Amino acid sequence: MSVQKKKARAGFFIILPSLAFIGIFVYYFIFLTIRTSTSNWNSFSSLLSGEYKFVGFRNYQRLFMDPRFQTDLWNTLFFTLFFLAGCIILGIFLANIIDKQLKGSSFFQNLFLFPMAISFVVTGTVWGWIFAPGNIPTSPQGINLLLENLGWTNLQWMWYTSTQSIGKFNLALIPVVIAATWQMSGYVMAMYLAGLRAIPEEMIEAAQVDGATGIQLFWRIKMPMLRPITLSAMIVIGHMSLKIFDLIYAMTGSGPNNVTDMPAVYMFEQMFRSNRYAIASAIAIIMLIMVAAVIVPYLYSSFRGEK
Amino acid sequence: MAEKSNKTSLTIYYIILALFTIFYVLPFYVTLSTSFKPFEEVSISNMWKLPSKISFEGFKEAFARLGPNLKNSFYLTIPATLISAIIGSINGFALSKLRFKYSNTVFALILFGMFIPYQSVLFPLIQFFQAIGLYGTIPALIITHVIYGIPITTLMFKNYYEEIPNELVEASAVDGANIWQTYTKILLPISIPGFVVVIIWQFTNIWNEFLFAVTITSDPTKQPITVALVNLAGSQVVQWNVQMAGALIAALPTLIVYIILGRYFVRGLLAGSVKG
Repeated sequence: MSVQKKKARAGFFIILPSLAFIGIFVYYFIFLTIRTSTSNWNSFSSLLSGEYKFVGFRNYQRLFMDPRFQTDLWNTLFFTLFFLAGCIILGIFLANIIDKQLKGSSFFQNLFLFPMAISFVVTGTVWGWIFAPGNIPTSPQGINLLLENLGWTNLQWMWYTSTQSIGKFNLALIPVVIAATWQMSGYVMAMYLAGLRAIPEEMIEAAQVDGATGIQLFWRIKMPMLRPITLSAMIVIGHMSLKIFDLIYAMTGSGPNNVTDMPAVYMFEQMFRSNRYAIASAIAIIMLIMVAAVIVPYLYSSFRGEK
Repeated sequence: MAEKSNKTSLTIYYIILALFTIFYVLPFYVTLSTSFKPFEEVSISNMWKLPSKISFEGFKEAFARLGPNLKNSFYLTIPATLISAIIGSINGFALSKLRFKYSNTVFALILFGMFIPYQSVLFPLIQFFQAIGLYGTIPALIITHVIYGIPITTLMFKNYYEEIPNELVEASAVDGANIWQTYTKILLPISIPGFVVVIIWQFTNIWNEFLFAVTITSDPTKQPITVALVNLAGSQVVQWNVQMAGALIAALPTLIVYIILGRYFVRGLLAGSVKG
């Protein structure tokens, strides 16, 4: 056996245990969840009896007819949209300023990143307090109190306890998006900063010699070069957003009328409070499909062609 | 690369940075100022004011309530972090230096585990722990974090080892070293920066994790601090200064890591954003 072959064989055997663990704990467990999601296990007793009855896609049908789950899907869509937009716009904007290497820019860079080190649970707890509306107008709390102190009482609002909506967009999501963006925008900024620093200096200089203005430089040179970063940021933030749980759980619960409810929160309640294992599993599988729709093409395109 | 900026635009940049500073520091200000307030000063009407005198009442109370959970978090996070880093290092070595046919496909299959919503494996996982009698324990959480940490730690070490020239590994084979010796004698000694990044990343993630923590441990005395913090916030009787002190205690270990080893933290972040 050649050295090369020996090495390859060793490599395979080293990976094998991890592959087996992932095989069981990811792929087999997903299969088990799919199996549960197509079963009649919607009470503790049906689970205990252990008798498996296949009910097809009935649990999924029930879910899609369920107004709360419909709200969840709309919330996920809008939350993802605004969370993504917030992180990317803020990320590009801040990265471009930090990249100018002003005095103290590394201080600001560290400052904008620090929320990343903190748990979503802490973020949710603290922002939950900041955005708690209190009783307006008599005893406002949090931001509302600050607004009153500043004399801007007309800006006071119910925040995440508001039941207002525009179309299918629940306005109560706004404070949640702000909290999430606070946490993750520094991350996106760091990604863009790395991207900006990888752009060859000659390229920028050449464009400047040709008389490109700052804005032209940004749109014609930097943005096209940063496209792969934008894609990565969308994948990272997007898949995170589709399964967001801890922030919502710590910050708003689900809000009145489920205005800030998400599939992950609904799943948690169905599984651990109501013992509706089949329904909960169906929610989990729908979440998996949403995430896979984003991730699989990305992984496929990243690893295709390599041998 | 820096562009030339004139004085006016410089001022504008600083104003923008100052405004954003307010946004990023705001929750920190609220947490810090509230947690140091004495009980009698914690009313909603002075939430934006600084404490008139520094009081540790909030911290005392928060420590009394969350102390055991803080300990749990350390018991959980330290072993889980170390084990998953070691596994990642070995896997990364195999996938970057001992490539086999379809090793990239295998890697992609493993990597997928990093992105799945853990809800999709949660129920079987709990049943598994119930079957082996570990449900509700910290070791169950350690196992969970080690297994679901395999994809990310493997990815990070694979990327790290790919920067190391193959000749180095090949030279040791010529010298008669076997694969294990090559790993321990050649690769491991130069892996320390890689380990630092992976350990920081895993420590932060495992410390901050909530879904597994809340579903695998139901006994309050065995719960990590993230779960205990939410429970603390859920009970209405608790004073705000206690809650904010609790939030600070829960955030402090990862914040310290970030402040001391920020450079490596950023590297971990960028490695975690998957460049394939």
